[in-house]
Amino acid sequence: MLDDLRDLYQEVIFDHNRNPRNFRAMDDADRQIDGFNPLCGDRLTLFIKFADGKISDASFQGQGCAISTASASLMTDIVKGQTEDEAQKLFTLFHKMATGEHVEMDELGKLAVLAGVCEYPARVKCATLPWHTLDALLQGSEEPVTTE
Amino acid sequence: MAMNPCVENSAEKLMAYDVEKIRQDFPVLNQQIRGKQLVYLDNAATSQKPKAVIDSIVHYYENDNANIHRGVHTLSERATLSYENARKTVQKFLNAESKKEIVFTRGATEAINLVANAYTQVLSAGDEVLITAMEHHSNIVPWQMLCEKTGATLKVAPINEKGELIIEELEALVNKNTKFAAISHMSNALGTINPIKQLIDMLHQHDIPVLVDGAQAIPHITVDVQALDCEFYVFSGHKLYAPTGIGALYGKIEQLEQMAPYQGGGDMISVVTFDKTVYNKVPYKFEAGTPNIAGTIGLGAAIDYINSIGIDAIASHENALLDYAVEQSKRIDKLRIIGTAENKGAIMSFVLDGIHPHDIGTMMDHQGIAVRAGHHCAMPVMDFFGIPATARASFAMYNTHEEVDALIAGIENLIEMFG
Repeated sequence: MLDDLRDLYQEVIFDHNRNPRNFRAMDDADRQIDGFNPLCGDRLTLFIKFADGKISDASFQGQGCAISTASASLMTDIVKGQTEDEAQKLFTLFHKMATGEHVEMDELGKLAVLAGVCEYPARVKCATLPWHTLDALLQGSEEPVTTE
Repeated sequence: MAMNPCVENSAEKLMAYDVEKIRQDFPVLNQQIRGKQLVYLDNAATSQKPKAVIDSIVHYYENDNANIHRGVHTLSERATLSYENARKTVQKFLNAESKKEIVFTRGATEAINLVANAYTQVLSAGDEVLITAMEHHSNIVPWQMLCEKTGATLKVAPINEKGELIIEELEALVNKNTKFAAISHMSNALGTINPIKQLIDMLHQHDIPVLVDGAQAIPHITVDVQALDCEFYVFSGHKLYAPTGIGALYGKIEQLEQMAPYQGGGDMISVVTFDKTVYNKVPYKFEAGTPNIAGTIGLGAAIDYINSIGIDAIASHENALLDYAVEQSKRIDKLRIIGTAENKGAIMSFVLDGIHPHDIGTMMDHQGIAVRAGHHCAMPVMDFFGIPATARASFAMYNTHEEVDALIAGIENLIEMFG
């Protein structure tokens, strides 16, 4: 009876929620920053390491719903090896997708599994919290990020 | 506690409790959500409105709309009469001694702010304000603001693992510096009902005035402010089947008369010159500007509607639903109820092992079931239990056992989907 929910909750999302990738603290991170969604209490800490002008490692910790956990898991996987500019560009694309703007899905790769979130206005922030947190980190902010 | 005269034959009404008939009075319930019959279990956030309330507002705007007080024309007289009649209705509902003790506000939040604001002139550095660990943000933040302005200190009485106030620890916090106490009658996040009369009596032994936040209790519990003897009792209409944007502050007359006005403006004055303004009498001193007249009339209509059923009969029905829901929930291994007080109202806050409340909320909505997911404006309560949020099902007069069945089946469905 929940079949129509599969657009939002794809199996890949459950998988990343059950076994989030890069879910660990990083003692030697170059930068770290907290993200917080005061609406639902979700919080995460994002850790990034740089080498040769690229993101060489990314990880996160915290607690959140399946959507935000899967989003953080996918994000930390995909930005590894990217330059800051590439990661910023991906943030812009992801944000557009999550808020229902037209984007070329091919450019988003695995992240496309979260496209269904745009049909759920109350859940968009769950998906974008990790990305807003990354965006703030890349812009050099150290203040905790909130989605409100 | 003295019984409200409106419910003297509650036993008889209980026998005749006809939930299907009550449901027909609530137009909003008759709809489908995502192809499934709506099951509305978010009553602790706001309740639905019976036709009688909706009609009272329509009737007012179609027939009597005018500004109140001072108008000499017929419509103004009618509007004024309806507005003041609603005040009498609230007075009787709370069993207040005088209608002057009823101040209309936007809701419980504004009522608390009104009192906290007045106490900025009473408190000073070294004084203490006492609240509890189960308060809604609306009964925390105004007191923090009061403390910031005056240099007073906020003291918080703890709760136990069941979500019950630890009375001895509250009592241990009372001292000669304690100048005010603000305590919820019933917790919105946990459902806990506090032994409010016992607390008030104890605090009064130390001459501490008490504000009772009745926002959550008011639709479930007969309130008699004279029997309670509290200085203040506040509630919101919208949790009581009345419109949003209207609520009331009950204050003992001697308290209200001493208090500074909250806002300045029209209606709260008797004489204004550029040199000096003489404030109006209570309650008008606290009702600056054109009030929410239609909302006030709707509040009166909601109370009339509740009285026609009987609040004790409603409470019995809701408690039966809660007991049934708790019993049924035991078959779900992953479910843990947050808030298991001995004395609690019809709120079932819960968490599911490995499934975040927000996912629960979305997945329940897909089955037509409206539950709350979040911190319920009680972040300190969530911190106490070490959880970010809960899902919450809360029951009202129109909910049914079949809806509890739908709730339980809905939870089982989503657990299966989560795998």
